[in-house]
Amino acid sequence: MAEKFDAIVVGAGPAGNAAAYTMAKAGLSVLQLERGETPGTKNVQGAILYADALERIIPDFRDDAPLERHVIEQRMWVLDEKSFIGTNYRSEAFNSDQPNRYTILRAPFDKWFSGKVKAAGGLVICETTVTELIQEGKKVIGVRTDREGGDIYADVVILADGVNSLLAKKAGFHGELEAKNVALAVKEIHFLPEEVVQSRFNIKGNEGVVIEIAGAVTHGMVGTAFLYTNKESITLGIGCLLSDFKKAGIAPYTLLEELKAHPAIAPLIEGGEMKEYAAHLIPEGGYKAVPTLYGEGWMIAGDSAGLVNAVHREGSNLAMTSGRLAAETVIALKEMKLPCTAPHLARYKAALDDSFVMKDLRKYKELPDILHGNPHFFSVYPRLLNRAAHTMLMVDGQDKHSKEKTIRGSFVEQRSLWGLVGDAYRMWRATR
Amino acid sequence: MIKIEEKLFQNRYRVDEGRPHIQISDPQVCANDCKTQSCTFACPAACYAKDEGGGVVLTTDGCLECGTCRVICSEYRNVDWSYPRGGHGILFKFG
Repeated sequence: MAEKFDAIVVGAGPAGNAAAYTMAKAGLSVLQLERGETPGTKNVQGAILYADALERIIPDFRDDAPLERHVIEQRMWVLDEKSFIGTNYRSEAFNSDQPNRYTILRAPFDKWFSGKVKAAGGLVICETTVTELIQEGKKVIGVRTDREGGDIYADVVILADGVNSLLAKKAGFHGELEAKNVALAVKEIHFLPEEVVQSRFNIKGNEGVVIEIAGAVTHGMVGTAFLYTNKESITLGIGCLLSDFKKAGIAPYTLLEELKAHPAIAPLIEGGEMKEYAAHLIPEGGYKAVPTLYGEGWMIAGDSAGLVNAVHREGSNLAMTSGRLAAETVIALKEMKLPCTAPHLARYKAALDDSFVMKDLRKYKELPDILHGNPHFFSVYPRLLNRAAHTMLMVDGQDKHSKEKTIRGSFVEQRSLWGLVGDAYRMWRATR
Repeated sequence: MIKIEEKLFQNRYRVDEGRPHIQISDPQVCANDCKTQSCTFACPAACYAKDEGGGVVLTTDGCLECGTCRVICSEYRNVDWSYPRGGHGILFKFG
């Protein structure tokens, strides 16, 4: 039985769901394959949902999507062993009718998104692992699954199978991930009564707070931690480059335990009931690590294409946007009655280049290399900043002029004057 | 000492009995050639453990399917890694 679809989408995460929904809504015959029991059961994210990317796909998503809290306050903390220095940005303006950022739980959210795919006419089959792409010469003509007689054919296959992206590797479309280009993140979810979450974070209703954290908790490794408020729970986690874990010889759950025990964090999660522990790789190689995005009869989107803006903690919005643009490429080709050959699918790459996805990745293209070469950004500076604050805030009879001199001296001693100038220049060059 | 089992105990799994989705290709390589055995500390589910003979033993039951072991074993490419059969393995409740 050789069934043939207009398109097959592998994976039911943000990229796959965006692609499948967009094509199904346009009337194409779409088959989406997901290896989890239901969509979402294999997927892990912090998780922050950026409304804009989803709005462009499902404008009225707020009506029924399972959202946790809309973010009204962002804290950025730089930790030393026993202290933190940080900034807050909180605004009543984030309490609009159409908030820009929400905390979500990916399992229920992905299930909801998948429901939209089905409602739009897409065929979603779960508990099915795609084992390889079926090729005729260079052209991808379908997929092989782990079900009996599991060969299925389509005009185009959109790969949205996540960071490990085994299918594209097996087919030789791109190489193996390098440890320096992926972060390993671990996280836990702790449940607390809704009113406890509200009072601990000074929020009401569905208002939410997110905390992004750097410093001592990563042991000098390139990485960050986070704490997000959900309706009746708190998600917290920590991630560092896998190459740094390898060098440091530290277990990821050790970092997580230290994070939970930090005096700035422990009171926020106290009394919570831990109900899930998850781990995930995040592709953080940036622009230079993005593989070929299309070929004969295939396109690749989301994490599987390495589309993550690590600096701004954005990924799912890049995934949804890339999934949507891949789908729109197929829709346009169908309308023009053009085949899904590589020259025609090049429109997908052009559309991505023209969007914030590639523009943002290009902006920070030097940053991964600079962070690899300058680990003191994650070790020396957090300590210096915390000690500077401590020195200034201790009222101990020492005059302020001398205190400033002490602080300046500590910076120069740790990094030298040229080191400080060089660091400033490197950061400017990497982020301008 | 962190008890990783207590963390994994909170998770939901459907283990594919007798069909581990990850295998060590050549155990001799772990025992004789690999100096770092990074999988034994980097795996977030502690699926890899050093054995008495200097080798590494793998138990995939608690696997979180992150891919760390696959990527970190870069010198020897000694991890034969695939996804579990459809519907099996970790089943995240919250993700």
